[in-house]
Amino acid sequence: MDIAVETRALRRVYKTRSQEVVALDGVDLRIGRGERFGVLGPNGAGKTTLIKILVTLLLPSSGAAFVDGLDVVTQFRELRHRIAMVSGGENVGFGMLKVKEQLWMFSQFYGMPSNPAKRRIAELLERLGLSDAADRRVSGLSSGMRQKMNLIRGLITNPRILFLDEPTVALDVGAARDVRDEVRRWMAEDASRTVILTTHYMMEADELCDRVAIVNRGRIVAQGTPSELKQQVQQNAIVDIQLSPGRRLLDALREVDGVAGASVAEQDGIDRFTLLLSSDAALGGVMRIVEGSGREIRGLQKREPTLEDAFVKLVGRGMAEEEQG
Amino acid sequence: MSHPSAVRIFLKTIVARAFPRFVGSYRNRTWIVTETLLPLIGTIAMIYVYRALHAPARYLGFVVLGGVLLAFWQNVIWAMATQFFWDRGQGNLELFAMAPTSLAAILLGMALGGAYLSLTRAVTVLIVVSVLFGVAYSTSGILPALGVFILTICALYCLGMLLASVFLFYHREAWHLADALQEPIYFLSGFYFPIRSLGAFVGGVGSLIPLTLGLDAIRQLILPGTPQFIPLHWEIVAVVGQIVLYAVLSQVSLRYLERRARQDARLILRST
Repeated sequence: MDIAVETRALRRVYKTRSQEVVALDGVDLRIGRGERFGVLGPNGAGKTTLIKILVTLLLPSSGAAFVDGLDVVTQFRELRHRIAMVSGGENVGFGMLKVKEQLWMFSQFYGMPSNPAKRRIAELLERLGLSDAADRRVSGLSSGMRQKMNLIRGLITNPRILFLDEPTVALDVGAARDVRDEVRRWMAEDASRTVILTTHYMMEADELCDRVAIVNRGRIVAQGTPSELKQQVQQNAIVDIQLSPGRRLLDALREVDGVAGASVAEQDGIDRFTLLLSSDAALGGVMRIVEGSGREIRGLQKREPTLEDAFVKLVGRGMAEEEQG
Repeated sequence: MSHPSAVRIFLKTIVARAFPRFVGSYRNRTWIVTETLLPLIGTIAMIYVYRALHAPARYLGFVVLGGVLLAFWQNVIWAMATQFFWDRGQGNLELFAMAPTSLAAILLGMALGGAYLSLTRAVTVLIVVSVLFGVAYSTSGILPALGVFILTICALYCLGMLLASVFLFYHREAWHLADALQEPIYFLSGFYFPIRSLGAFVGGVGSLIPLTLGLDAIRQLILPGTPQFIPLHWEIVAVVGQIVLYAVLSQVSLRYLERRARQDARLILRST
């Protein structure tokens, strides 16, 4: 495999006066050239730290990382010509500039000749459906338009490796789909391009990534194609139960014999539990806990496993649940 | 892989980073009030103080020239030294840092863009106040004074680059630091009075700020009778020395900042 990104025992510790926080704890990764690689994990798992090291903004505490064959610690100046990063919720630039002016400004920091840069910007604005907004001030853009503009900023310089850190966070369905479509299209143009994506959205990783790594507490707990990861829960029965609000049940459900994993997310005033059962027989124990809680069952379905289920099994809890602390 | 040369990137970065400031000046015209009318009021107030004291006519010239250079000092403090601090909060700084350009070029671009507004302010103060109050200058000293002015501005912007990285280390205190420096600098630089009035020791301390000696030299050149702090040629030599000193220190400081920033995530990253 031609390697685009490789990390060896990568470790990063943040030190404050009172404590040390291990953000990455011995991460080993090999990402092939031409791959769309996803890094999944709850908040604080170490995803962003990993990306910041790979884009040369942070030094590892120990271990090594190579991007496009270059050492991120010692060869960072050369590497910066070859990479770009776009983060979700970016508010960068200057509100009084027009969209095309802001994009031109960032292209100049890479030394691009002005006219080719302007042509490239016009082409990318067209592709992302932003041509009409080219002369609009950045401050007047919706969050979806702004994120498309940020993506264009990342693509103008034709990076060999594009890092996307939660690129669709807080976007509506349409804008998120446009961003994903453009990433796919950009990758399809040149087989040597590589995308490394961190995301909270399992569906996004499932749909967009060739391979994913699941990171938890600074360690990679699993990696493979989305189908390979889903196979890890293929032998499990996946049951979704919707319950009326009430006392906390998650820990009790996890204790039930035959429950391999459980997560909960609150939506529209209903607690939506996802349970991974090693056999259907475990459902009896689950129902006894639910009945004992006095909570009303609003829905119950058995379904095919998803990447989210694999995540729950590997990490022990769901992404949304972790976000809520 | 071939890339544009470092020099090309450096120059393009300066132009690109100056661009938002040029654009801002005609898209947001409130600066016409904040950069011309308000400074005029402040300068004219000082003129009236001297007039009320029946000070010699050249004192009005001291105030005008102080008002001219004040514009550049404020630009350096608010639009250059504290700018990285704001850029970090917005997420710009991490994008600047991961681009194959240099932070010095970014700062020079900011300075160039900001100097345009400062120059407008300076010229307005110089012309309007001089005409209104009949301030006379020695015409033979104008060209050499212009030369000293350019040297002084160079030294001042080199100091600004140094302060930009220093301020970033101060995190949230940068704003307070800039605020705290404001009045002492006005005083020590002798914006509205000849620096000789402060005596050798205080004047000597004030001379660490490039404005102090530069302003005194300009006054000596175009306002005959200005009390001499140190001989003119030594003031010019000192300003040139400050250009070299602050240019070297700012480069060392920016390099240190870049290195430290990769160790300490808080220095340039929006959040971690």
